[in-house]
Amino acid sequence: MIGTAEKPSGAYAPDAAPVLQVSNLTVSVNTEAGLKSLIRNISFSLNPGETLAIAGESGSGKSITSLAIMGLLPPPVVRVTEGQICLNETDLLTLPETRMRDIRGNRIAMIFQEPMTSLNPVMTIGAQLSEAIMAHDPIGRREAHTRSLEALTAVRMSQPEKRMSQFPHELSGGMRQRVMIAMALALRPDVLIADEPTTALDVTVQREVLELLRDLQRDLGTAMILITHDMGVVAEMADRVIVMQSGQMVEEGNVKQLFHAPKEDYTKALLASVPRMGDGSGAQEGGKAGASIAEIRNLKVRFDVRGGIFGRVTHRVHAVENVNFDIHAGETFALVGESGCGKSTIAKALAGLLPYTGQIRIAGSEIHSLTRAEAKAIRRDVQMIFQDPMASLDPRMRVGDLVAEPLVIHKIGTAAERSERVAMLFDRVGLSAAQMERYPHEFSGGQRQRICIARALALQPKLIIADESVSALDVSVQAKVLELMRELTEEMGVAYLFISHDMAVVENISDRVAVMYLGQIVEMGCRAQVFGNPQHAYTRRLIEAVPVPDPTYERPAGLRLAGDIPSPMRRLEDTPKLAKLVDIGEGHLVAMPD
Amino acid sequence: MSIVTTPDPANSDTARPERQSALARLLQRRLAVFGFALILLTVLGAVFAPWLTPYSPYDQMFDGLTIEGAPMPPSSTFLLGTDLLGRDLLTRILYGARTSLIIGVAANGMALIIGTLIGVTAGYFRGWVGGMLMRMTDLMMAFPALLLAICLAAIFQPSLWIVAMVIATVNWVQTARVLYSETSSLAEREFIAAERTLGAGHMRILFKHILPHLVPTIIVWGTLGISTTVLLEATLSFLGVGVQPPVASWGNIIFENQTYFQAAPWLVFFPSLAIVVLALAFNLVGDALRDVLDPTQRGRN
Repeated sequence: MIGTAEKPSGAYAPDAAPVLQVSNLTVSVNTEAGLKSLIRNISFSLNPGETLAIAGESGSGKSITSLAIMGLLPPPVVRVTEGQICLNETDLLTLPETRMRDIRGNRIAMIFQEPMTSLNPVMTIGAQLSEAIMAHDPIGRREAHTRSLEALTAVRMSQPEKRMSQFPHELSGGMRQRVMIAMALALRPDVLIADEPTTALDVTVQREVLELLRDLQRDLGTAMILITHDMGVVAEMADRVIVMQSGQMVEEGNVKQLFHAPKEDYTKALLASVPRMGDGSGAQEGGKAGASIAEIRNLKVRFDVRGGIFGRVTHRVHAVENVNFDIHAGETFALVGESGCGKSTIAKALAGLLPYTGQIRIAGSEIHSLTRAEAKAIRRDVQMIFQDPMASLDPRMRVGDLVAEPLVIHKIGTAAERSERVAMLFDRVGLSAAQMERYPHEFSGGQRQRICIARALALQPKLIIADESVSALDVSVQAKVLELMRELTEEMGVAYLFISHDMAVVENISDRVAVMYLGQIVEMGCRAQVFGNPQHAYTRRLIEAVPVPDPTYERPAGLRLAGDIPSPMRRLEDTPKLAKLVDIGEGHLVAMPD
Repeated sequence: MSIVTTPDPANSDTARPERQSALARLLQRRLAVFGFALILLTVLGAVFAPWLTPYSPYDQMFDGLTIEGAPMPPSSTFLLGTDLLGRDLLTRILYGARTSLIIGVAANGMALIIGTLIGVTAGYFRGWVGGMLMRMTDLMMAFPALLLAICLAAIFQPSLWIVAMVIATVNWVQTARVLYSETSSLAEREFIAAERTLGAGHMRILFKHILPHLVPTIIVWGTLGISTTVLLEATLSFLGVGVQPPVASWGNIIFENQTYFQAAPWLVFFPSLAIVVLALAFNLVGDALRDVLDPTQRGRN
């Protein structure tokens, strides 16, 4: 069954016959208006051991391409209307479904973006792995178990025996993705398709998974198609790159050549809008330190976890522990950290969505001491922009009404004045006033985020909390939204609390940065201090892990990252140790190990 | 069927302008217009019953029975035949529409309002308010509805409006349950959190942002409820605690005659058809209403 065993291991051999050959592939969708093509004339070949990256923004057709290869296009609406997909000279498109099933998972395997949803939540990891192996190899349960264990060991899973009997929800995101990789590679497929394999993962976990994928591919000689929107990942992983845009191939080439001398305008624009990490020195440091708008002192947010028969509090999640910082007028203060570090919790506490202990002072008044009416008035000063603009706009309201709503709530102006102001806001964020009558679903992702920004600006706030506000957007759109945000600071003097997991974006937009780890700030300082001279080990680890969009970049060896972040959930009597922040000069605060 | 003036069909095919009233858009849907026509027909029939038929609903006519004393099948004198007592069935169905419309629309509407209020309040506020309301709902669900209805109907003097009230007090439970779970998942959505950060109050969030999203569910439950309430009324009448004979209702016509189903099938068939048609009519209108009121469906016909 393992027909690929004699395949040459090692890096890719350009002269060998291609494993996968896609020619003139056109996929169309059946609409009422007739066939509409989703991708047109895609041709490429994949050599043994090679990594081919298909890069492009959302809607470019990269996932459709991969589904077409897997034969997983949703019938009968979407189907291949032209072209060939040959796997070792077999045309996959002519095969019946039963034969396709043998090939899927066995000869071509796939890893999906969201590891939680691609694993069955009610089966143990071991059972799922064995099932996948036994589906293609006629072997016994015992042998399948042994092979599963081997596969888990191969993906460098800690305590593989224990993992076999665990369920998906007991594993972290990174571990789940490793299980998916183990499952995909257990049968030694000829081709591995990885569809945004690390997009849902934290940056340090992403680094581990990418390294694992590269090592495994080198050892097994599997050819890989890597589908991603992240040019950093492309630069680090790929041998060859295909750039796609709205269903068509724009450019194809060797990774080095494509990054250093892109031929097409679209590729150039795409590469130009990728945020790049510097050392934080490029900032135009100005006298931005205005009066402080928000002062956060000893902020703590804890969630009780109840258990036992009587529903007593047995554990607590220490989401935010003793956080102190100030945000000054007109500056962009960034909070970075990985998921679960408490950065969004701080945003919610500031926006009045969560109860907290400690003090939050906004424009001089302490929130806890305010009456209800005063608290409502202070909401005008702090506005929030969420991550997903579609989810944060009521889909049943016209966008003009949505932007005018804050004015209505706070009873500002007459109806005519309000619509005039809304028109002005629309104009300011780059939309036309004629679009006010439309509904949120009629806009693109970037336009929706502009609507959210207009909505936040309606009350002329002093502080805007942007919680991962650009993370869901394509890079080119992201760059434009960030530009808009920057202009607004200069024009209106708005301060931002910018929350992100993306170090490169933070490095580009922020004035001051705080790095969070397990609910505490471990390093804080101005951009040049944190990025130019990172002191805390975790900060270095974060910066180190960011994929660099430059294929010639040599990653310093030796720094292999391992281990998952511990859980912030603790037993009642077990309170976390508070980090001591020490000023190492000019306001650069670092948590000192003891 | 087509007494009601339908809008010019040529109109519906032309490109429609951006903004139109919900009613105008509703009238462009053929099925909705058809549903409207059926409802209107029922209402007109109920209101103008005395003028539409020469008989009285209570008249036990000598001509209405065969020599053996069996009910007459449909004929030119008695269009839908007669019942066991020699009363004209068409007349009884027309007069029965008065009862059934009141029960189907008023009782069901009341049940819907109670269910919505309780479900939405519990789902939005949660905590002890929600807990208490939902435990009460569970209690009502566990309690046999018919028994409760009989108790309530026995306490009060039976009359049409009391029956409507009784039906409303037992029928709101399912609506409340369904709307509770929908509201609690809506309340978790990010746009509600976004509204809170703007300083929006509870009333604003509930009425402007949560209720519009519940409209489809409410409409579905409302239309489904029509047939169940009409039948519940029939059950109550059958047990002697509903509308008192000889007053006609669609439900009690069926119940009075069900034992003679084999001998005189039209006696069960025609009133059942009336119930089905009314429920269907409301369903068609409800469906169209749901689509018309949902802006996210616009341009995706």
